[in-house]
Amino acid sequence: MYKYHGVIGFGVAMFSVEELLKMHGEAEREVYLDLENSAPVAPEVLEAMLPYFSEKAYGNPSITHKPGWMAYDVIQRALENFRRWLGASRVEEINFTPGETEANNLALIGAAQGNKRKGRRIVISAIEPLSILHVAEHILKPLGFDVVKIPVDEEGFIDLDSLDEAVNGETILVSLSAVNHEIGTIQPLREAVELVRDRNPEAVFHTDASDAYGRIPLDVERLGVDMATVSSYKILGPRGIAALYVREGVEVKRLLEGQLGTQRLWPGVENVPLIVGFQKASELIFRDFDGKTSHMKHLRDQLMDGILNSISGTLLNGPREERAPDNVNISFLGCEGEALTIELSLRGVYVSSGSACTRRLLQPSHVLTAIGRRPEEAHGSILMKVSWLHSDKDVDYVLRVLPEAVERLRGLSPLKEG
Amino acid sequence: MSRVPLPYGPKVLELFRNPKNAGAMEDATVSATAGSPICGDVIAIYLKIGEGDVIERATFESYGCAANIATASILTEMVKGKTLREAWEITWRDIAEELGGLPSIKFHCGTLAVGALRRAIRAYYEKRGKPPWLPEEATLEEKQALEAERMGEILSRRIGGGDVERSPR
Repeated sequence: MYKYHGVIGFGVAMFSVEELLKMHGEAEREVYLDLENSAPVAPEVLEAMLPYFSEKAYGNPSITHKPGWMAYDVIQRALENFRRWLGASRVEEINFTPGETEANNLALIGAAQGNKRKGRRIVISAIEPLSILHVAEHILKPLGFDVVKIPVDEEGFIDLDSLDEAVNGETILVSLSAVNHEIGTIQPLREAVELVRDRNPEAVFHTDASDAYGRIPLDVERLGVDMATVSSYKILGPRGIAALYVREGVEVKRLLEGQLGTQRLWPGVENVPLIVGFQKASELIFRDFDGKTSHMKHLRDQLMDGILNSISGTLLNGPREERAPDNVNISFLGCEGEALTIELSLRGVYVSSGSACTRRLLQPSHVLTAIGRRPEEAHGSILMKVSWLHSDKDVDYVLRVLPEAVERLRGLSPLKEG
Repeated sequence: MSRVPLPYGPKVLELFRNPKNAGAMEDATVSATAGSPICGDVIAIYLKIGEGDVIERATFESYGCAANIATASILTEMVKGKTLREAWEITWRDIAEELGGLPSIKFHCGTLAVGALRRAIRAYYEKRGKPPWLPEEATLEEKQALEAERMGEILSRRIGGGDVERSPR
């Protein structure tokens, strides 16, 4: 059993997490909306994965025996499917990695190292996820690369004029998310790619498409990007797997060395069950892309409008149009986000917050501050993502318990509205 | 920027869910606040002080996380029936202990609650003359409350709208 050590005075107290969980009691309904941070796998995904743990294709795909060839076959089929879903031209352009963090690290560090002869400038936006932002600032900058962060407007759209100014002959890499992970802004990526190409056709263009894949149409050829990260768990696939598309001819150095298998850019034994799960989650979405994304949009709008119309002192973070079909991000003024996540957890609704209190530094979400939210507005922000597995009943339940939760916390506060 | 490991103790969660002595006090003898909305936590403490400088009732208001609410609530329980001199002696460690422990990142909630209480006690004696036991100099908890408020000001200046190109290094 996991124990937490809380230091008190000069001694140490042990809390049992079990006790904490018991205090939650039985909620009338449980609605998990924290798909940004982790997610349950869809039942069909789990079912598809199970045989691959111990019944079949458990061999190493690089070894010449039946279980190995079976694994090789599974991976080749998966690569072909992902090639098709992403609009890539060759299966060799798809690389599985153990997650988006690894894929983004590989894209940034790998392409920076692979292209450093051509220049030192790397351009990102101010609202990239930390696996881009921190890699650029804490790994690439100390290595002597010049990192330029371009600003965004109050809805999170990248400033194309700043991008135009930032890209020069020294620019070797540009990384801009297709859809922002916190506020759901769908970026004008095609325009951004064209602009970068005009300025410097040699620059490598990477997009973290973790929040685009399976939610908005995504075609690497049509967009003209050189690299794209796509995520499994955000579409109800398993955690621990993601893919990085790397266009043929783009120089990317491996981050890790070891035994290479079918994956040129990531050594080690391929994780067949997770690849199968990621493939199944993708297949479920792409089999009925319009139906599933319209369903998400419907739930998103019910939730978003329901909250904004029924609770005063609320602000929508991110745009209303050009917004990811799954993303709802709202600030509840006069409410602290961590308290609100716990209050909602006690009522069976699971969300996350951009509050400083959920982070170790006393700084709220960098995305919310970049769009101009004041710290006190960011502290009260709640991020929710819907999936095709959610129903109207889930949204109705959230809309019923959320006003009570907000009202209770506002009732305790010495800050009066306004 | 890692996330906080937040398995709160059951007592914190219980006080968060059913806080004791919540709400402003209409007939308070004295009140004080500590913290900054910009940092995401503010505690207000209200005291009803009777004969012999004994705290008859105490209530709180809180804008902040679960630990913030729980520390303020437990403090209002701890001071009830105590003289102001006795209440002055309560430290953030006493609060953490009374709550059965706090995650280390939440210790500042305890200091903020004590900071608000001590400010209220000082305010009470401001009109009546400082007793000899009341130190001239601000205590650790009072200093930390001031520190939080200053940090709030700095943050609001630094994070103010769209200043991304000069954002923290």
